[in-house]
Amino acid sequence: MSMNPILEVEALTLSSRANPKLVHNVSFSIGKGETLGLVGESGSGKSLTLRAILGLLPQGIEQTGGQIKSSVSSAMVFQDPRGSLDPLCPVVKQLAEVISYRQGLSRRASRQAALELLEVLGLPLSLRQKDRYPSQLSGGQCQRVVIALALACKPGILLCDEPTTALDVTVQEQIIETISALQQELGFAMVFVTHNLAVASAMCSRLCVMRQGQIVEQGDTLSLLQAPQDAYTQMLINSVLPVPVLEGGEQR
Amino acid sequence: MKTISAHNLTGPSRKSQGTLRRILKNPTLLGGIIMLAILVLLAILIPVISPYDPSAQDLRAFLQPPSAEHWLGTDQLGRDLFTRLIYAARTDLTIMVLAEIIPFCTGVFLGMLAGYYGKWIDNIISLVTDTFVAFPFYLIVIIVAFASGAGQRGIFITFMLVGWIVFARVTRGVTVSLRQQEWVASAQTLGLSGIRIMFRHILPNVLPQAVVVLMTDMVGLLVAIVTLGYLGIGIAPPTPDWGTMISDGQSFITTAWWLSAMPGLAVVYTGIALSLVGDGLADLWRRR
Repeated sequence: MSMNPILEVEALTLSSRANPKLVHNVSFSIGKGETLGLVGESGSGKSLTLRAILGLLPQGIEQTGGQIKSSVSSAMVFQDPRGSLDPLCPVVKQLAEVISYRQGLSRRASRQAALELLEVLGLPLSLRQKDRYPSQLSGGQCQRVVIALALACKPGILLCDEPTTALDVTVQEQIIETISALQQELGFAMVFVTHNLAVASAMCSRLCVMRQGQIVEQGDTLSLLQAPQDAYTQMLINSVLPVPVLEGGEQR
Repeated sequence: MKTISAHNLTGPSRKSQGTLRRILKNPTLLGGIIMLAILVLLAILIPVISPYDPSAQDLRAFLQPPSAEHWLGTDQLGRDLFTRLIYAARTDLTIMVLAEIIPFCTGVFLGMLAGYYGKWIDNIISLVTDTFVAFPFYLIVIIVAFASGAGQRGIFITFMLVGWIVFARVTRGVTVSLRQQEWVASAQTLGLSGIRIMFRHILPNVLPQAVVVLMTDMVGLLVAIVTLGYLGIGIAPPTPDWGTMISDGQSFITTAWWLSAMPGLAVVYTGIALSLVGDGLADLWRRR
């Protein structure tokens, strides 16, 4: 556990009418600049936990226990990049709107800031010069815009909800590199939700393994992957690791 | 093949393709627009085209069949039917458009409000719309028209009261489905206010559907205006109106059938034009 946590989740419990233990007794904390991974199968409550941190629970789901303490603002990168953008609004305009709204800049200044931010995220010049709509961008490009949107809020914590799941493998890698580079530069903390253990181990210093709404194991990434204590964690690792071995795991 | 790959290289750019070109490629929309344009042009230019006054009676030349002098003949008071028909288009189309503007705006706004915020706002708005829908449309129209007095004022009041319902229902439905999309949640997490999300982002996504409904609803409104005129509780004579023209011509249906048939055809023509525009727009926006 970190010394000065900027986000503390204590005994969080989320319930719907049908299932009172969608997320049950989940606790973790993050320090400044740290990255925490939430891994686990679909439906294990990872995304719900993230949404609870944002205060954006879907209708019909309520927080019934525990508390979330955060001293900094948070922003979220969603799973489906194209779905996270208004389809009828040019991307530069969307980004400029958020910048002007959050940072109180004038129209022109916020547009300029938007263009600079998109450049930082490595979007080609053509996308920045013309008014492009989300449907004209590739998935990876959309995800870069979504990350830019989140960064426009100058978040202390970036919440990533499977940001690479909807992308090609090669694009996944680029996006992860981009996020890592930005994190080093800007120093935000991250909660990284994924079901991909390879991605999680590359990104995160600590991991929480979730199953059926509970954290079954939590710890340092390396030690957790090398010596998993829980049977479910072992299963998760065994189900993932064979792929890198087949593709030349010797070099690792 | 070469042109295709070259086109792909430059990338599909929605703006550069041009709205005009996309309209030209859409025969339904183009047809509807042309039909409407002809009607509107005639209505604007009728004082220039026709030498007759729409309400000037000429009892020496009553109930004349169509001729070179009177293109569609004359009515029982010797008034030129073609002139009256187009002046009636002025009256009816103006009322139709004016009576549709405010209900359209309020309906879209209330629908977005209900769909976006849900909960009690949605409950109240849905309750009102569902109650109105349970009544037969013409029953409400005739009751309100009678209560508020015949004439244009009655029509405006009636449609102020009931016209917004259809837009509110459609807009609410679309908004609810948009609300579940991730970008709305994303916009909320980015800190944009509800009002801003509604007007800057939901509205452009809702508007195409609402405008398509507007076109079909205008047809219904036109028919209602004409029906009220026909029943004698709509636009009062001597202002020319298709409804009163149909009912006036009824007594002469065996000898001068065109007196009723022509205003009727004018309603059908306008209805077809508006429907074509509505269909065309729906098609245009669906392909986007």
